[in-house]
Amino acid sequence: MTDTPLTASKPPRFRFDRHASTILLLAAIAIYIVLVVALGQTRFLTLDNLVAILGRSITLGITAIGQTFAILVASIDLSVASVISAAAVVTSVVMNGEPSMMLPAILAVLSLGAVVGLINGLVITKLEVNPLIATLGMSLIIQGVLSYYYNNFAGAVPAEFQVFAYGSVGIVPYSLIFMFALAGLAWFVLRFTRFGSDIYSVGGNQDAARLAGIKTARVVIGAHVICSLCAAIAGIYLASRLRSGAPWIGAEGVYDLESIAVVVIGGTVLAGGRGGIWGTMAGVIIFSLIDSIFNVAGVDAFVKQVLRGIIIIAAVAFYAARSQRPVA
Amino acid sequence: MIDAPVIEMRGISKSFPGVKALRGVSFACARGEVHALCGENGAGKSTLIKILSGVYRPDAGEVLIDGKAQHFSHPQNALLAGISVIYQEFSLLRERTVAQNLFLGREPLKNGIIDSRAMITETQRVLALFGIRHRIKPETLVADLDVASQQMVEIAKAISLNAKVIVMDEPTAALNEAECEVLFALVDRLRASGTAIVYITHRMREVTRIANRVTVIKDGEVTASFDTVPAPEVIVRAMVGRDISEYYPEPAAPAEIGKPVLTIAGGSNASLRDIDLELRAGEIVGFAGLQGAGRTALAMAIFGAAPLTAGTMTLDGKTVRLLTPRDAIRAGIGMLPGDRKASALVLMQSVRDNGMLTARSFAHALGRRNSNRFIGIEGMDGLLDQMKVRAPSYEQEMRFLSGGNQQKAIVARWLALRPKVLIFIEPTRGIDVDTKASIYHLMRDLARGGAAVMMVSSDLPEILGASDRIVVMRDGRIVGQFDRTATEAELMLAATGEAAGVAA
Repeated sequence: MTDTPLTASKPPRFRFDRHASTILLLAAIAIYIVLVVALGQTRFLTLDNLVAILGRSITLGITAIGQTFAILVASIDLSVASVISAAAVVTSVVMNGEPSMMLPAILAVLSLGAVVGLINGLVITKLEVNPLIATLGMSLIIQGVLSYYYNNFAGAVPAEFQVFAYGSVGIVPYSLIFMFALAGLAWFVLRFTRFGSDIYSVGGNQDAARLAGIKTARVVIGAHVICSLCAAIAGIYLASRLRSGAPWIGAEGVYDLESIAVVVIGGTVLAGGRGGIWGTMAGVIIFSLIDSIFNVAGVDAFVKQVLRGIIIIAAVAFYAARSQRPVA
Repeated sequence: MIDAPVIEMRGISKSFPGVKALRGVSFACARGEVHALCGENGAGKSTLIKILSGVYRPDAGEVLIDGKAQHFSHPQNALLAGISVIYQEFSLLRERTVAQNLFLGREPLKNGIIDSRAMITETQRVLALFGIRHRIKPETLVADLDVASQQMVEIAKAISLNAKVIVMDEPTAALNEAECEVLFALVDRLRASGTAIVYITHRMREVTRIANRVTVIKDGEVTASFDTVPAPEVIVRAMVGRDISEYYPEPAAPAEIGKPVLTIAGGSNASLRDIDLELRAGEIVGFAGLQGAGRTALAMAIFGAAPLTAGTMTLDGKTVRLLTPRDAIRAGIGMLPGDRKASALVLMQSVRDNGMLTARSFAHALGRRNSNRFIGIEGMDGLLDQMKVRAPSYEQEMRFLSGGNQQKAIVARWLALRPKVLIFIEPTRGIDVDTKASIYHLMRDLARGGAAVMMVSSDLPEILGASDRIVVMRDGRIVGQFDRTATEAELMLAATGEAAGVAA
């Protein structure tokens, strides 16, 4: 044996894929500022406007926090849009304008979310149904039941509850604070708890996790419960903002596909095991910045849709090309 | 002196579709002993270990720990019972740190929060056992470690569990001599502290060096069991079950080796440097080296999957540039990948469809798929017969065949194209012993038929037994050429380099 020290690790190199969402976020901000300045519309650079930009993405942001859990564990959830609709309708129907019904309504909606997530997780882990199919089926079931009973805005949210969407501390809305608090909580869970660590492990390599003694099914189910709970909370928020719930609002917002898009733009790998909440939040902000850029530039709504599609594909292709391992 | 066994496995049997993996295997290991479990690849060692660790449930037989019968239904049960396994295929998470991997699924908690500091301290303590030469930092991502260091992390993981029984499944496969010594010293220390160690290997040198007892498994049955370590020849005979001379076909006579078919001069790409190579008609060339040494990269370069970016390649004397596998196939090169399930088989399709796969891809885009310029259904059935593919019918889905028969069907796939160069990567991985011999004979027949055969293998006895000439690679370069009289030690030395360091 010699005493020559072995260098066990390769020289550290800049891992583009770990910083990609930050880079994209900075790029979006730069484009926004350049555009606003070039067009002489500096009124769009105020703090008020910044808050307004972020405020438009609360529903998407809360949903995407949950979706991050599902995707990190190498699953996916297509039922979030239906859960949002169902949660909004249940919120406004149970409250029906009565302030005293606020707490029961919230509890009912959260239980609904938990049950949907539990069923999704059980179907995926115990019946071994592909997550795309399992959650798509769940989405159709919820949407069908909802549309059978309601065909328009139903019930009403009392004025006291609209504070959730419209109240603010100074210029910062409660809902925005709530979203970031929720993101902080999610970050804490992923970063500092064993459950969070298990999520990365199961998503990274389910077999290795199982061999290490992790009950992988429980972790997948847990991630789905969190995902559906977040969608339910997003539905509560939407009911508060719209003052009532209707069975189409989730589908209309395309929250299922958009939540997946922002998670992926945020650098979380669709195959699971890599990524995080702050990337997702950056993805959400990038999306709302893009909307604002289009608004400032006065782009037609349909053209806007096309450009958004191109940007999603380009962003993920950009990751794949720049990182050594496949991204999505 | 050796007290009651910590683990005892009695009459274990296990079948998989198409394979009877284990038949009535009994095995025991006591505190403070190293029990070597020997056998060829595919003999059933790994299946036995997966039953011990709760991954599989046995069809018959029982597992006893400290004399009590156990019924493991999840690997966690085995871990809690004190059994820790270092698997051959790494079970590390590449995107997590060394410390996170060490504590996978059992992170220490402080007030409900993961105690990262404790994880890092404990990781440093365990890694220190390997000596200061291995400076693996607990915060390093596993993806940033080389293969040897990853193996060290796997071992550290098992040690940190303070298990009663540690199973090591060919732990030295990726290690160089110096690193092996570190491992052996560690095994000695664990034995002295009363740990029972099951040590799986087919390297006789290691058995002689560290084992107290030896059990040999062949074709899913225990063929020999020794309470003291016998001479290597005795173990080898029990492992192989016959003389080596029948096992491997006769090498090529000098007259059988023809002119160069494929040559490479100064070939380089991201994983290869300055490759000069000549493959001749009628010759089997074995490629030895460690994981990541560039053997597979070279095969992929020749096959056009990861082309050379510099240097020249000639085929039958003409310079060729093969930029895709399709180019290579058209030029007359075939490849049988190491991971058959992932890269060669369409498991849900029939044996016949699998055989026709490549030929069909050369049919006209709008033409009938079986009227290609290579072969039709009858021709393929003839080739499958000739390869002696054992299947109830060629309509049978591929997934129901044993590994050996799957491999023969892929050989038939390439034979249909009458290739000039055929590349085998790990040709007998996961194939049972009897079929292995027939794969070697098949390769020899192909060479006799005038093809140049390139064989990449991590199995040194196979390299020495089946090749006419041996090329050793390290760090993307060819570092040595040997004839078939070389010894395993010579090849290992060339593969690891004389310096202690081994780079990824």
